[in-house]
Amino acid sequence: MSFWRRSSAVDRASVILLVLLVLGAILVPMLSRQDPLAIGDVLALRLLPPGARDVHGAFHWLGTDRFGRDLFVRMMLAGRVSLAVGLLGSLLASGVGTVAGAIAAWTGGVVDRVVMAISDALLAIPRLVLLLVCAALWRPGFTTVVLVLVATGWMGVARMIRAEVLGVRAQPYVDAARALGASSRRVLWRHALPNALGPAIVATTLGVGNAILLESGLSFLGLGIQPPEPSWGNMIAGGRDLIVAAPWVAIAPGLALVATVLACTLLGDSFRDRVAGDAGSTLRDRV
Amino acid sequence: MHPPAVLRRLADALLLLWLVLTITFALIRMAPGDAATFLVPPSASAADVARVRTELGLDRSVAVQYARWMEGVLHGNFGESFALHEPVTRALADALPVSLGLGAASLALTFLIGVPIGMWQAVRRGRATDRILTVLTTVVYAAPSFWLALALVAVFTYGAATWGLPQSLRLPAFGIRAPGLELHGWAAAADLVRHAILPVTILTAVGAAGVARYARSSIADALGQDFVRTARSKGASPARVYFRHVLATVLPPLLVLFALSLPGIVAGSIFVEAIFAWPGMGHLMVNAIVARDYPVVMGAAAVYSALVLLANLAADVALPLVDPRRRA
Repeated sequence: MSFWRRSSAVDRASVILLVLLVLGAILVPMLSRQDPLAIGDVLALRLLPPGARDVHGAFHWLGTDRFGRDLFVRMMLAGRVSLAVGLLGSLLASGVGTVAGAIAAWTGGVVDRVVMAISDALLAIPRLVLLLVCAALWRPGFTTVVLVLVATGWMGVARMIRAEVLGVRAQPYVDAARALGASSRRVLWRHALPNALGPAIVATTLGVGNAILLESGLSFLGLGIQPPEPSWGNMIAGGRDLIVAAPWVAIAPGLALVATVLACTLLGDSFRDRVAGDAGSTLRDRV
Repeated sequence: MHPPAVLRRLADALLLLWLVLTITFALIRMAPGDAATFLVPPSASAADVARVRTELGLDRSVAVQYARWMEGVLHGNFGESFALHEPVTRALADALPVSLGLGAASLALTFLIGVPIGMWQAVRRGRATDRILTVLTTVVYAAPSFWLALALVAVFTYGAATWGLPQSLRLPAFGIRAPGLELHGWAAAADLVRHAILPVTILTAVGAAGVARYARSSIADALGQDFVRTARSKGASPARVYFRHVLATVLPPLLVLFALSLPGIVAGSIFVEAIFAWPGMGHLMVNAIVARDYPVVMGAAAVYSALVLLANLAADVALPLVDPRRRA
C-alpha cells in the first residue's frame, strides 16, 4: 500500500469516488426494488422532484423521469454501461496500441512503415469524426461503441510505445539480454516492453475519462447506447427538452459524468507527474 | 523551414489525405447494407432497388467504384448528396464557413482567455486564487460541452424570459439568425453575434479550461529554470522576466497547440451545432450519418482531415519562426 501512503488527498478522494461509483453501479440496481426500465403508472409517477415520495410510498431521492422511472437507480444502471465502456474502450485501445507499436518498432522495415502510415492517416481524421462515421455504419450498441473507441484510440499509444521501444532497443541491457542468448521475442516482452509501459499506463488512465465522455457524446446524439438501456449520455438527451420543467432529469446524469471524468483526469495527471516523460495528449477530445 | 522541406511535408500531407480518403471509402464499403436499400421506400420492389443500385453505380465492382470516386474527388467532385439532392461540394461550401467562423472566434477567445489565466495561476502558484481557478478549470475541462450548453440555454434563454430579465440578456438558442426578420447591414451582424454568444461561450469555456491547465504547468516549469533565476539576479523586473524570458520559452509549444486546436474545435463544434442548430459541418455530418447519406459523410470526413493536415503543416512552418532552436 505504498502507493496509498504516497498519494495526495486529491488522489485518495478520486479513488474513493471511483470505488463508490463502481460499487453503486453494481449494487444499487441489484438491491433496488424499483425496476429502472419498466414503465408503470406514468401519470402518477412522472417527473417527481428530487426527494419526493410517490403514491406507493417509494422514496425517489433524485426524483423520476418522464416515464416515472427512478432516476437514482437509472443513473447507477447507466453507470455500469458508462464505466464499462470507458474502461474496456481505453484498456483495449492501449492494448492494441502497445502491440502495434511494439511490433512496428521491433520489426522495422515495411511493417513499421505500414503500421505508422495507417496510424498517421487515422490521426489525421479528428477522433470525433471517425467515431461518428464508424458508429453510424454499424448497429449502435455496447459492442459497437467499445469497438469504435478501440479502432479510433490505439494510435496515440502505438506511436508512444514505438518511440519508447526504439529508445529501449539501444540500451545496453537489451544487448546484454541478447548476449545471454535470449530470443528476440523474450527480449521484447520481458525487457523492452516493461520499460516502455509507464507512459502507456498514464495514457490509459486519462483515456478512461475521455472514452466515457466520447460514449456519452455518441449516446447523446442517439448513435451510442440505445434507450431503454440507460447511459449517462442518453439520459441527458432524455432531459434535454425538460431542462426548464424538470431540470433534475438532465442535471443528475451530468453530475455523475463530470465527477467520473474529473476523478479519471486527476488520477491520470497524478500518474503523469510520477512517470518521467511526456505522456498522453494534453487536450481531450472536445465532446 | 526551407522551401524544399515545406514541399516535402506538403507531399506527405497529400499522401496522407489520399490514405484517409481510401480508409473512409473502405469503412463505408464494409458497412452492412448499401445506400440503395435506404433510398427506396420499404414498399419498393426488388427491381426498383436494382434500378437505384445501377443508377448509383453500386452494381459495379468495388475497384471500379473506388476508381470512379477517386477520379471525381481529383476533379473536386464528391458526388451528389442522396438526401439533399445537391452536389456534396455545394453542401460543404455552405457549411464550412459557418463552422470555421464559429471555430475561429472560439479559438481566438480560448487562447486570449486561457493563456492569461494559466499565467496568473503560475505566478500565484499555491495561493487561494490558483486553487480556486484550478478547481474551476479542471471541472469545466471534465464536463461535456453538450451538458454545459443545456445549462446555459436553461438560464439565458428560458430562465431569462421567465424571470423577466432585460432583452439584452435573453439570448437565442436556435439557428444563426432570427426567423422571419429581414435584417440588413449592422442589424443583421448584431443578430448573428447574438446568436453566436452561447455557442462561442461553450466552445471557449471548454477550450480555455484546457489551455489554462496547460499554460499553468508549462509556465510553472519555466519559472523553476536556471535562466529565470539568472534574469532575476541581474535585476530584471518581474514584468520583463515574465513577458520576455518566460513567455519566449512557453510560446512555441503554445503556438503548436494553437495550430493543432483549430481542427479539434471545428470537430468539437459537432455537439454545439447539434444543440444550437447551427447549419455548419457538424450539423451537416450528423444529419448525413442519420440519413446514411454516404457521399456527404465521405466529403465531410475529407474536409475535416484536410483541416488537420493543414494545421499540422502550419505548425511545422511556424515553429522555426518563434523558436530559434528549431532553425536548422
